[in-house]
Amino acid sequence: MINDMLSYLGDAANWTGTAGIPARLGEHLWYSFLAVLAASIIAVPLGVFIGHTGVGKVILVSASNVLRALPSLGIMTLLVLLMGVGLLPPVIALVLIAVPPILAGVYAGVANVEPAVVDAARAIGMKDSRIILQVELPLALPLILGGLRGAILQVIATATIAAYVNLGGLGRYIFDGLALYDYGQVLVGAVLVTALALVLDGLLALLARVLSPDRRLVSR
Amino acid sequence: MITFESVSKSYPGGTRAVDELNLEIATGSFTVLVGPSGCGKTTSMRMINRMVTPSSGRVLIDGQDVSGIRAVTLRLGIGYVLQNAGLFPHRTVLDNVGTVQRLLGLNKAQARAKAYEALERVGLDASLALRYPAQLSGGQQQRVGVARALAADPPILLMDEPFSAVDPIVRLELQQEVQRLQAEIKKTIVMVTHDIDEALTLGDKIAVLAPGGVLQQYADPLSILTRPATNFVSSLVSKDRGFRALSFESLTGLSTTELPAPDTAGRIHLPTLGNGFSAEINHDAATVCWSDGVTVRSAPQPIIRPGDSLRTGLDAVLASPSSAALLADHDGNIGSYFTLADLQPLLSKATRVSS
Ligand SMILES: Nc1ncnc2c1ncn2[C@@H]1O[C@H](COP(=O)(O)OP(=O)(O)OP(=O)(O)O)[C@@H](O)[C@H]1O
Ligand SMILES: [Mg+2]
Repeated sequence: MINDMLSYLGDAANWTGTAGIPARLGEHLWYSFLAVLAASIIAVPLGVFIGHTGVGKVILVSASNVLRALPSLGIMTLLVLLMGVGLLPPVIALVLIAVPPILAGVYAGVANVEPAVVDAARAIGMKDSRIILQVELPLALPLILGGLRGAILQVIATATIAAYVNLGGLGRYIFDGLALYDYGQVLVGAVLVTALALVLDGLLALLARVLSPDRRLVSR
Repeated sequence: MITFESVSKSYPGGTRAVDELNLEIATGSFTVLVGPSGCGKTTSMRMINRMVTPSSGRVLIDGQDVSGIRAVTLRLGIGYVLQNAGLFPHRTVLDNVGTVQRLLGLNKAQARAKAYEALERVGLDASLALRYPAQLSGGQQQRVGVARALAADPPILLMDEPFSAVDPIVRLELQQEVQRLQAEIKKTIVMVTHDIDEALTLGDKIAVLAPGGVLQQYADPLSILTRPATNFVSSLVSKDRGFRALSFESLTGLSTTELPAPDTAGRIHLPTLGNGFSAEINHDAATVCWSDGVTVRSAPQPIIRPGDSLRTGLDAVLASPSSAALLADHDGNIGSYFTLADLQPLLSKATRVSS
């Protein structure tokens, strides 16, 4: 099986064309990117709002739990049945997966900024938008990046199932391989997804370190 | 003019933080709110910049109800030193201090130039400018807090225990600096402290609050000391009360003795003081060292100026090994000295006034 995988990877024909590894990798990244982007557009403002005002904390927690409990494959199948085949159903399913970790990170980051610091910002004349942009978000950055990192990893892993509804991505190797009893190809898919996840995780960890030097210790 | 009109504040849960407060704070005055922990000092002060909304009553600035002024506009015109410094942990000292100017629309370079000036005013070395607050001592953080409030040159300055974490020497320097600033540019300063000594030293007017937020007395320091309005105020000022009152007595009418001419080595011999004491004056530092020609040579002692208080004069005499203190005239020429006997008439007069 390992040999099958290696010979698949060694075959130059598998590295070109619309079904080649670079193309599949590109599709995989593209869906994931769209999903994380859309999820951030939803979750960041919402998390900032809840963290800054404290309004809706309870709703946040229960809604995240519901979202986390949803089975992605089921959702996607349902969405395909409702909306037809296309980019939208799998991306929506991925967005639903990405929202809870991002929301949790942003909310926790903003809500955990030391109240005295926010109080000082307000007392010296910052309006709320400035408090958010200049004080809360910079201080929340480590937790926000943590949430984002979790979301990206889950989306990369789950994007595999987009292939189930004929959308390509690295999942194609797995589903095609399964259909053809070609376990070498299945392994190719699995290994590539894992490698992608590990590489992205490393890059994000690096980014988090660059953006949050140790000066972010809270004073006193 | 800042006016409190029967202002009360109750917090949910029933805590009465401020009770029917009436206060008129004159423009350009230095008012100190003093009282024990939890008596509503911070709460009262934060009603001026709308950080706390009164449960009833009004706070007015120059006749205008603050609740009618946009909060951000109001606060940008009021410097505020927070009780715990309240610095931004993610910004350097320099950018912390420049924050208000940036909010007022100055560009980064202008704000930083102003920030360096403000740091210098509070006696912080420019080498600290690029540090983050977590890399400073508590006292340094407080000074950065004061610098941040001063930097934008606001007409009103609120300070909540700004010197509580600095050592006595630096505290004295900062107090003098704040006093000088206030005398120079006539800011309206409202300061909170629980240290009655600090209140008596700095305030033109002192408001004494008791637990429950009840105003006990609002008066100038001498009245607080000599005519306490309630038992609460008496107990607050009882310690060293007589000695403290001397701070408000001048040296006017002090009889002095002329100093003889110095010898060739610059020493002034005063055989009348016993033990053959001689004085060695350091004109640059305005200090004097006493020696008895055998063993004793004192540490430099301050030279008294005509504007100093009776307390300062008495202290100088008590601290001097020769039991005499030197006096400079209004032009700074050091030409005479005085002893405890010379102070006696002034002391008797002071006791008569204050009892
Ligand atoms: N946000 C709040 N919610 C409820 N109670 C409060 C709140 N802020 C202050 N208090 C209460 O109001 C009272 C006055 O508090 P305040 O902070 O004004 O005291 P203070 O005189 O400044 O004391 P300290 O010298 O300790 O700073 C206290 O009993 C305090 O517990
Ligand atoms: Mg206080």
